[in-house]
Amino acid sequence: MHIRLKIWRQENSQDTGKMQDYALADVNPDMSFLEMLDMLNEQLLGQGQRAIEFDHDCREGICGQCGVMINGRAHGPLKNTTTCQLHMRSFRDGDTIYIEPFRATAFPVKCDLKIDRTAFDRVIQAGGYISVNTGQAPEANSIPVGHPIAEAAFDAAACIGCGACVAVCKNSSAALFTSAKITHLVLLPQGAVEAQERVRHMVDQMDAEGFGHCSNTEACEAECPQQISVLHIARMNWEYNKAQLLKK
Amino acid sequence: MGQWTQKTLTRKNWMAFTGLFLCFFLVIHLLGNLQLLLPDERAHLQFNAYSHLLSGNILIKIISWVLYASIIAHVVYAVIITLTNKRAGDVKYHYDRRGEVSKWYTRNMGLLGTIIFIFLVIHFRDFWYVYKFGSLPLDAQGNKDLYTLVVAVYSETWYVLLYVLCMVALCYHLLHGFFSAARTLGVYHPRYVQWIRVIGWIYSVGICAGFALIPIYVHFLK
Amino acid sequence: MLDAKIPEGPLEDKWRHYKEHAKLVNPANRKKLEVIVVGTGLAGSSIAASLGEMGYRVKTFCFQDTPRRAHSVAAQGGVNACKNYKNDGDNVFRMFYDTIKGGDFRAREANVYRLAECSASLIDQAVAQGVPFGREYGGYLNNRSFGGVQVSRTFYARGQTGQQLLLGAYQALMRQVHLGSVQLFARHEMLDLITIDGKAKGVIVRNLDTGEIERHGAHAVILATGGFGKIYYLSTLAMGCNGSAIWRAHKKGALMANPSWTQIHPTSLPQSGEYQSKLTLMSESLRNDGRIWVPKKEQEDRLPNQVPEEDRDYYLERRYPAFGNLSPRDIASRAAKERIDAGYGVGPLKNAVYLDFSRAINDQGVDKIREKYGNLFRMYEKITGVDAYKEPMKISPAAHFSMGGLWVDYELMTTIPGLFALGEANFADHGANRLGANSLLQACVDGYFIAPYTLANYLADEIRTPATDIHHPAFDAAAKQVEDQLHLLKSIGGRLSADYFHKTLGKILYDKCGLSRAAEGLEQAIREIKALRQQFYADLFIPGGLAINSELEKAGRVADYLELGELMCHDALTREESCGAHFRVEYQTPEGEAMRNDKDFAFISAWGWAGENLSPVWNKEPLTFEFVTPTVRSYK
Repeated sequence: MHIRLKIWRQENSQDTGKMQDYALADVNPDMSFLEMLDMLNEQLLGQGQRAIEFDHDCREGICGQCGVMINGRAHGPLKNTTTCQLHMRSFRDGDTIYIEPFRATAFPVKCDLKIDRTAFDRVIQAGGYISVNTGQAPEANSIPVGHPIAEAAFDAAACIGCGACVAVCKNSSAALFTSAKITHLVLLPQGAVEAQERVRHMVDQMDAEGFGHCSNTEACEAECPQQISVLHIARMNWEYNKAQLLKK
Repeated sequence: MGQWTQKTLTRKNWMAFTGLFLCFFLVIHLLGNLQLLLPDERAHLQFNAYSHLLSGNILIKIISWVLYASIIAHVVYAVIITLTNKRAGDVKYHYDRRGEVSKWYTRNMGLLGTIIFIFLVIHFRDFWYVYKFGSLPLDAQGNKDLYTLVVAVYSETWYVLLYVLCMVALCYHLLHGFFSAARTLGVYHPRYVQWIRVIGWIYSVGICAGFALIPIYVHFLK
Repeated sequence: MLDAKIPEGPLEDKWRHYKEHAKLVNPANRKKLEVIVVGTGLAGSSIAASLGEMGYRVKTFCFQDTPRRAHSVAAQGGVNACKNYKNDGDNVFRMFYDTIKGGDFRAREANVYRLAECSASLIDQAVAQGVPFGREYGGYLNNRSFGGVQVSRTFYARGQTGQQLLLGAYQALMRQVHLGSVQLFARHEMLDLITIDGKAKGVIVRNLDTGEIERHGAHAVILATGGFGKIYYLSTLAMGCNGSAIWRAHKKGALMANPSWTQIHPTSLPQSGEYQSKLTLMSESLRNDGRIWVPKKEQEDRLPNQVPEEDRDYYLERRYPAFGNLSPRDIASRAAKERIDAGYGVGPLKNAVYLDFSRAINDQGVDKIREKYGNLFRMYEKITGVDAYKEPMKISPAAHFSMGGLWVDYELMTTIPGLFALGEANFADHGANRLGANSLLQACVDGYFIAPYTLANYLADEIRTPATDIHHPAFDAAAKQVEDQLHLLKSIGGRLSADYFHKTLGKILYDKCGLSRAAEGLEQAIREIKALRQQFYADLFIPGGLAINSELEKAGRVADYLELGELMCHDALTREESCGAHFRVEYQTPEGEAMRNDKDFAFISAWGWAGENLSPVWNKEPLTFEFVTPTVRSYK
């Protein structure tokens, strides 16, 4: 198949950047979307031009490093699918495809489609953990966790940190990311101990990074590659309100 | 500083509290207004007496101040939240189809809210202002004759149309607002979330249908 | 002769004895000691977090944009631990024996025993961190069985065990970053190791965002940079996985042990075209219910569902009736390759075999299969567009795990004092073939439970050593060399991409140093790789500048692969036996099974760097088996 591409090019974080047009022939429908970009980069290299920079690593949907806006949708037209798991068979011959970086003030563009998502790391640093040192752990089965609770905790913990929730949100809110970690840890008895401190610090950090408010449009859940539920956001609000009320 | 150092979740809480109070008010307001649907003579005196009651009672006065404060706070917080959100995502996509994965009215609460706000201004000017500060004739029982004013205003076709359209906007605003407020306050259990959805739907449609029915009824039957 | 410094005494007392006598560093002195950790996967994050908790000053580096992306994240199946929660007779010795037998008796007894011994604590640690392992309805932890063993000792978090363990370690690391004991340098790639007076004293790294070359000094350096299976280009590894850090340490004097031992995983998706960049792994657990077959007729052109039962060759069940479809990875992969090479491969490129669930679906119902493997079937359909409930999956072997790596002693220290290697980056515990669910275990155990002790034993003698001076001539020389290399690569100005050379190298290695190896092929591969290296330095082209430039990153890694690949062939050529993943066609039984030679090859080959275009220096560490007797591995 033959496709046309409009891709965001930006030299560095200071550059203003612009959309640029490319054409690619002989695209195989079985190619993954990123392999199509590899092919384009080979073509650019043949012409002596700088390759298009994009984030990617595992290419099997788990590392969370890939992620671009494709035709105005986070990770492309399929729901709950990472960019690396999108294949060219989802497009038609002759299509024009727009590729842009995930946008949010908290995710500055570094170069072309590469963005800086370290804000997520800082949100986790603020409290997204259980404070246990190596060696302190008791025997694993001394803390029974009911099957449904363990499963629910897993559902929340499955987040891959790709940032699609922020990119698709009209408010650039990181509520889904932050709340998934809060829920994961508060559900488990070993994580409930520091629940109040955790939720307050993580929410504070989320705000400090410049993410917006959640207005419950639920777009994040629809695009999330791990189908993280928006109910975690409600849970975060509940935990936060509780923590604020009980604060000494 | 004040507002600006508040956390996003605190601001959303204020939106939720004020919004829910306004929701509660709408119920009372609708129940009062339903008296307009009574047979002509009864409606006339009863409605005016009811209006008089509302303007005299100290308890009602306090509630009305809370109401005004709620409206103002709801609007002020809406503006603050919108501005912060704009700052959080100040670069637009060249090609944006994010809307495909959410409902339009959930993304346009600000727009719907603005329509409702404009409606409120008109509504206040036409009824509240005239009743409080204008010179209304008195009815048989010596109460200000708001009823006649209402019937007169609702005889205008364009006004009825505007009123009904605004009620549609209100309906969508409530549909998301009620549900979103519950989320903000932390209702996360899937079962109650489902109930909230159903109750919210019944509430929003009920309130707005009720409010829209009154001018139509008055216009065509009085 | 290399000395692994294995403690004396009975097998089960060695580690306890070591810990009782190892030197310690007083808490007040720890904050004067700096440690560099390169890599933030399970091994790197766990050691960096543990050292931070203990009070050392730690700097940690990764090339990804955040530590949570490290490729440990992709491990699916689970992590082994001999908790004996199933009351099925599991214990440390049994786990030790399974692992050493699975590795075809080419690993150290003491190391493997320690791995099994520490496994139980890892589960405790992970649960305390909040890792949501699968549980039974009573709330206690569940286990499943995995290839090559007869007990249930595999703990799992659905099909994302690696992700959940890594997030546990990552969160522990983030906690230390927040507390200030660990400094995090993401998007930094290590380009050289600094040795001063023979000891590891720091690293040269490149900031991949700015292009800046930075110097970092320390009292010890830990490499936890994972495996180099990506050298085959098509592999189950992430695109960024590389061997550069360990290779550059190797060129500074660390020995590389058994580099040719690469596990080729039997159940990955086949290559579908030239453009392909990676082979996605399908969890080995699929072999519990799937049956593997190829048509009996060469060049079969009927669709799989139209091939009648009598025309199908269930070759694993035929050759290995006892283990059948659950044969260990090396055996299953080799059997697949044998069929494909003989012309029975399926799919458009005739490079795959079928993995058929029709019987399991008939017996257990489609719902049961969906419950067990739903996410894998969905993933298969996303990638291939084929519904595996209706027709068999097509699978094929793919490069997966490096059993080889930097040679380390019992303390996980390389031949350079102060340089430690943890996790897949070292060679120690898996012998010639790794058992499923042991890689996560090894990475975690190295980082949480072994290195904190052995590192202290080393650092105890360094408490009087002042902070490393980053203006020492050794730093100047290394920084200059790194910059020179980057400029050299940039200035070649040819016309071919780094990927082109990587793909070509990968093909040479798959064909000649992959599932089966022959002396003639290996010699030819060495010649081809030498020629390819020459072509690389004559015809490479890197567009773009020195700041963010993925082509430049790739080129540096490929340059190292082109040297490492040659060493792999040397290693395979000199090991004139077949063992585990290393199968030399000259050394096989008449039925085509591997023939190990314990008399002449019960040793570890540890290679030293002699210089550009010189033959590597061959060192040997003999393997002595005091506590178990090597037997012929039979799964028939």
